[in-house]
Amino acid sequence: MSVPVRQTRPVAPLAGAPARSVPGSVRPLPAPAPIAGPFAQLVAAFRKDVLLSWRSRAQAMAVVVFGATALLLLSFAVGPDAASLRRFAGGFLWVALLFSSTLALSESFRAESEAKALEGLLLLPASPVSLFYGKALANWLQLLLVGIGLLPILIVLYDPDLTRLPALAGILALGSAALSAPGTLYAGMASQVRAQQVLLPLLLFPLVVPVLLAAVKASSLLLLGDPMGQAGAWALLLAAFNGIYWPLCGLLFSKVIEE
Amino acid sequence: MAFEAIPKPSPRAPLVAGAFLAVAAALLAVGSYIGLFVAPPEHFMGEVQRIMYVHVPTAWNAMLALTFAFVCAIVVLFKQDWKWDARLEAWLEIGVLLSFLLCVQGSIWAKPTWGVWWDWDPRLTTTAVLCFAFVGILALRRFVEDPVKRATWSAVATIVAYVDVPIVYFSVKWWNSLHQTQSTPQTVASSMITPLRINAFGILFLIVGLSILRSQLARRKIAAELAPPLPEQDRLAPTGGVA
Repeated sequence: MSVPVRQTRPVAPLAGAPARSVPGSVRPLPAPAPIAGPFAQLVAAFRKDVLLSWRSRAQAMAVVVFGATALLLLSFAVGPDAASLRRFAGGFLWVALLFSSTLALSESFRAESEAKALEGLLLLPASPVSLFYGKALANWLQLLLVGIGLLPILIVLYDPDLTRLPALAGILALGSAALSAPGTLYAGMASQVRAQQVLLPLLLFPLVVPVLLAAVKASSLLLLGDPMGQAGAWALLLAAFNGIYWPLCGLLFSKVIEE
Repeated sequence: MAFEAIPKPSPRAPLVAGAFLAVAAALLAVGSYIGLFVAPPEHFMGEVQRIMYVHVPTAWNAMLALTFAFVCAIVVLFKQDWKWDARLEAWLEIGVLLSFLLCVQGSIWAKPTWGVWWDWDPRLTTTAVLCFAFVGILALRRFVEDPVKRATWSAVATIVAYVDVPIVYFSVKWWNSLHQTQSTPQTVASSMITPLRINAFGILFLIVGLSILRSQLARRKIAAELAPPLPEQDRLAPTGGVA
């Protein structure tokens, strides 16, 4: 995958951008760009990953469709009883999102591992920490969009209470962030080994049990009614998980890709 | 210096491990004898409760084994030494084995006491989640062929999974609870403490002995993986006869 090089100012090419030179003609090398700060590196990595997802949006769309299919199948597990469907809606939303997340996460490293671009990224004067956060933020955005994409299907199939939808979007944001940080770390490992389709869920699913518990509880409370105001406590648990795993995974990611 | 010196198996290790295992066998024999025949049956649960003399020591030692694995993982990342990778592998396997046994014993105890095989209690669920999480790390070790990556990645995954333990515990605790109060020497009668303590040390000696043997095996495997390839004629010799 190539990444467009902005024409307005000289920028070092990212991710092994092919030189658009005619064979035979010798072009002088561009002057080395000044090394950007960690935040600018993060933004560049984030931009690259979002752009890659946008270019292959058919794949991203397929992830949403996969999640929707999972929602449909899960409703068959319960049967056509409207009351129990409504009761399980929160749980099914998160199981569908969790299954879709493994597709989205392994996809996020596929381009790099196919084009052997990870080595190229590591040669850049950029810190792996910025690369990690760029990618994790892009994955978060993508998972959040998948979750939001699943909402209309959830509403149609399970007919939940819609009065607290904005709060549910907040839970979706917290929960998909909690999936994205360890998910990006493990996808980075899994992308480099055989049997990656098995390995990523095997490592990620047990780890995110607390995320699933808290997100399901909070979503069910928001969809069914929350007389005791408990959803906030579960949101706090999600926030705590994020608070622990975003720094930890960023710290450890350099160990995973530096060789 | 990162992962350079090829580890050599220690000649004294089998003797040390054997000593640990012998002490473990003696302690477990004494502890189980007292637990089965000397200690009084529990007031409410009766004879069923005697599984506690294995169950509670297993629980303590499972946590201990995974904590050792966590410590080994941190040392692997900082010292980058094959010896610690071998220890990490040993403690990971022992931790998985003990947490699996813990779930099995818990089910055996739960059926006559609570009437169900499984209960979504924080400690039981946390143990099951841990078991799966660390089985995943063992699978990771099998899938990665590059030994340096294998060591680093399994250390990273061990740290990430171990940090999850308290989070899983508290999330399940808030979610649902039924388990009886944790058994510690303070919560049980004094005649029950002795076999509990003896068995706890018995299992501790057992797993230390096993970990020594297992890490020696891991050292040999790493040494074999890192050994320079055989000379050309040796490698070709077996296929020489094929026309």
